[in-house]
Amino acid sequence: MWFAYLKDMIMNQRTIQVDALESEAIYIFREVVAQFEKPVLLFSGGKDSITLVRLAQKAFYPAKIPFPLMHIDTGHNFPETIEFRDRLTKELGVELIVRNVQDNIDNGTVKEETGRYASRNMLQTETLLDAIEEFGFDACIGGARRDEEKARAKERIFSVRDDFGQWDEKNQRPEVFDMLNGKIDLGQNVRVFPISNWTELDVWSYIKQEEIEIPSIYFAHKRKTFFRDGLIWSADDEVVYRDKEEEVVERMVRFRTVGDMSCTAAVLSDAVDIAKVVEEIRDSSISERGARIDDKRSEAAMEKRKQQGYF
Amino acid sequence: MKVLKIATAGSVDDGKSTLIGRILYDTKSLTDDKLEAIEEKSRQRGFDYLDFSLATDGLVAEREQGITIDVAHIYFSTPSKSFIIADTPGHIEYTRNMVTGASTAQASIVLIDARNGVVEQTYRHFFINNLLRIKDVVIAINKMDLVGFSEEKFNIIKGEIEYLASKSEYKNQNLTFIPVSALQGDNVVSPSENMPWYKGETLMHHLESLDTEDIQEISQTRFPVQTVIRPKTEEYHDFRGYAGKIYGGDFEIGDEVAVLPSQTKSKIKSINFFDKEYEIAKSGSSVTITLEDNVNVSRGDMLVKVSEEPTIAKQLDATICWMDKEPLLASQKYYIKHGVNDAQAKITQLNSIIKTDFSGVEENPSELVLNQIGDIQLKLSKPLLFDSYKKNKSNGSFILINPKTNNTVGVGFIK
Repeated sequence: MWFAYLKDMIMNQRTIQVDALESEAIYIFREVVAQFEKPVLLFSGGKDSITLVRLAQKAFYPAKIPFPLMHIDTGHNFPETIEFRDRLTKELGVELIVRNVQDNIDNGTVKEETGRYASRNMLQTETLLDAIEEFGFDACIGGARRDEEKARAKERIFSVRDDFGQWDEKNQRPEVFDMLNGKIDLGQNVRVFPISNWTELDVWSYIKQEEIEIPSIYFAHKRKTFFRDGLIWSADDEVVYRDKEEEVVERMVRFRTVGDMSCTAAVLSDAVDIAKVVEEIRDSSISERGARIDDKRSEAAMEKRKQQGYF
Repeated sequence: MKVLKIATAGSVDDGKSTLIGRILYDTKSLTDDKLEAIEEKSRQRGFDYLDFSLATDGLVAEREQGITIDVAHIYFSTPSKSFIIADTPGHIEYTRNMVTGASTAQASIVLIDARNGVVEQTYRHFFINNLLRIKDVVIAINKMDLVGFSEEKFNIIKGEIEYLASKSEYKNQNLTFIPVSALQGDNVVSPSENMPWYKGETLMHHLESLDTEDIQEISQTRFPVQTVIRPKTEEYHDFRGYAGKIYGGDFEIGDEVAVLPSQTKSKIKSINFFDKEYEIAKSGSSVTITLEDNVNVSRGDMLVKVSEEPTIAKQLDATICWMDKEPLLASQKYYIKHGVNDAQAKITQLNSIIKTDFSGVEENPSELVLNQIGDIQLKLSKPLLFDSYKKNKSNGSFILINPKTNNTVGVGFIK
């Protein structure tokens, strides 16, 4: 997508041809604000939600982003992500809402998983649904992309959910041309995906082109890790379960996604800056979610989670 | 990077998902982990070959039944181009999804099983391609391996489609016929050794050669206002910008514009994109525009160049594709969404059902059921600002929404 910009700069600096994917995303943001009363941007601190924030800025500039950001905190986030989140929202002057999975564990509405692959990833759903109800959000904007995973490939841009957050995948509204039908019943809400049509490479190229700051864990760094099932895990004994015989070694790694620490594996990498990351993604032979153990639980893992209201 | 959006259509078991899987495999777009998953599953199910449809059929029900239910979007790229393929279902009850998948496509692939030739679904798929005015249509005649790679079979099917095309009203369509075997890979990415009689391009080679220019045929400039931006900060105290996407043509500072429907005239004062200002904005750009005069503009209004006004009317004639289980009945009321504009609409006439095999129409029907296409007349609660679909795709299309269910029940193409 950066080619379009380059061509334009050479042709005529005074002419603007907004890239098709960027233009589409901005259009979607504006539709959300026009069609819904209480939208919120679900912010994880990952590259996709950071990209969403930039697109939202562009959609409403010079006005501020006209909705809050909300983070569903598993309590198992990378500390770098949390620090980044707080700084970004302060700079933008937008409201940040944080709701904690720990609260749901404490009040007994969810049960913490135990054992080898224990993760709080699934538990986020309950906290998210509670927050939607608490604030009365009617549109939740998220950074999911269709290229991520097979079930997500079928997701609409405006995806209607019922009171239980359920996705009725066999009965989705047709979306034709760029008309977005945001009409919903009381109690329903819509999940909105402005970068549905972007690929992982598009996101990285955009971050590079726009010089967007991202958390440091996306770049190669030295980290204490251990090896399991062909994947590299961060050795943080409080969060990530590790057998005693699993040996901790310092390796040069980076993360391709920043989900919950307990289910996000690292990749060996020497990509220390954004240019090298883009290069690495382009040559990669493993998919982005290949390092997410939550998707490997079964072939239909994502679809099942989505039916239950997961993002 | 250039992006080409492609819709696919075919009947059940024509091998659409297999074709897409084959394209992904042969262009090395399947990552190792995805390929391993396909190998593993194919083995588990006792198949003799890799089942590439496993790469795209994303829902449990689809994998169980081995069919595609909902539109899946598949992304891959070659050194010269990025591709988005909408894998649309072949089942008759899911035809509405084909319209969904095809509405934003610049090109389309219609799959035909060489053994069965042109069937009822083929007519429908071909008809929808014409209704949507998709410029480049590839007729991929698949499973050539099962008819002994017969040139005669290929030519019979080609002849039938050409006959259909001669009856179509849309004459600017480029039709390309390619004999393939998705399962074995003949003429998909690599040329086939089994069909020396075929001198044309492979499917991939053809797709790479297609123009990716906007699906929008160049027309008059339309700027439907999505929202008004008023920062209300000290720095931008008086800023009043109109946010929207430009369709059909360009806008330039100083252009004389009419604000519709009020017909107020003004001039473009600035074109803003994020923190920069530009003199010219090209079609397809989401920008923010300010005007010289302090005029009243709100969501649903439209900026156009003076002397390039669209039709402003409280009724319209359209062809509609019905997408809901509950049939369309004359005299029923719906919401209409035309671009970013909403109104109420009443069906004043259901003129005809159009037969998708190009054999004519059924006059004065009592209802239009799921997947049927018909001609209707609508009365609107307020004037809409529209073009014919032929002239401007985005400003010439609309959806109907059932006020009881809020579901999108039909898509219309304005005459």
